[in-house]
Amino acid sequence: MAQDAIANAGYQEVVADWSGDRQAFQVPWGKAMMWFFLLSDVFIFGCFLSAYMAVRVATVDPWPNSAEVFALSFGGDPIPLILIAIMTFILISSSGTMAMAVNFAYRNDRVKTAALIFMTAAFGAMFVGMQVFEWTKLIVEEGVRPWANPMGAAQFGSVFFMITGFHGMHVTIGVIYLITVAVKVMRGHYDNPKPGKGSYELVEIAGLYWHFVDLVWVFIFAFFYLW
Amino acid sequence: MATAEGQQHPISVYFWVWGLLFVLSLFSYMVDYLQFQGMLRWTLIIIFMLLKAGLIVSIFMHMVWERLALMYAILLPPLLLLVFVGIAAGESDYTFLTRLAFFDEVTEFTGHH
Repeated sequence: MAQDAIANAGYQEVVADWSGDRQAFQVPWGKAMMWFFLLSDVFIFGCFLSAYMAVRVATVDPWPNSAEVFALSFGGDPIPLILIAIMTFILISSSGTMAMAVNFAYRNDRVKTAALIFMTAAFGAMFVGMQVFEWTKLIVEEGVRPWANPMGAAQFGSVFFMITGFHGMHVTIGVIYLITVAVKVMRGHYDNPKPGKGSYELVEIAGLYWHFVDLVWVFIFAFFYLW
Repeated sequence: MATAEGQQHPISVYFWVWGLLFVLSLFSYMVDYLQFQGMLRWTLIIIFMLLKAGLIVSIFMHMVWERLALMYAILLPPLLLLVFVGIAAGESDYTFLTRLAFFDEVTEFTGHH
């Protein structure tokens, strides 16, 4: 038996026992690993959001009305929550262009794939830019800090900067990740003359990360901004 | 369908989902804009949120075309978060009531939330 031959062979024994010479997930390993990374990220954001719920329920100070805090005025009356709505539409647009990019990648269309990934990254950068604007407004005009909030509960400042900051960091890293993938696509790094042997699944893996960033925003939008 | 060459689906599927995500986001925004309150607000917000999340995961992230082994491995563990939420809700209600009972004289109570 193969198992007997490597018994007591240290870490190799552990590897043999755990793998059992079988593949559990019938997808490229990089894709499975990206999914597991995203699963861990689900728990990070899940813990953030449940902690946010806990401090918001527990506070006796009034919670600021997000519709007013994140309102913007374009010359006339302030439109409630409009900044966040625009950010949401930008992120959804970026998810759409990313889905298209993955589709064209599997058609081996190098130019369209790269162009669509660059578009996705541009939408992502726009999103981060608007977030910078939002943070600046809150810090400079409203005086919100991670430890203080002149509009009421101090916890608002803590969870706002923690949750949107962590999400913004994910978007920023995503933009960098997408640009590197797009450059590789353009250079033909994933091409292979043998049909079906190209490595365009790497575009799909980058897409998984990007869609996840959009997915997290769906929950932040519902629980943080619409509550 | 999903093959060894990867996920290959008609582009129209993506356009449909893209459009639906826009419409659902608009609906969630309108919930706030039209100032729906109470149970109606929460029901609508959560329905739109879950529909959007479902569309992104199943179509954009191709989960509906993956094998069941991967689906279960990724989608079942997050259900544990509901346990966290349950524990946190009970604990924070208790904290809120304790604060009301002990800090009421020093802190002016201006209302829950």
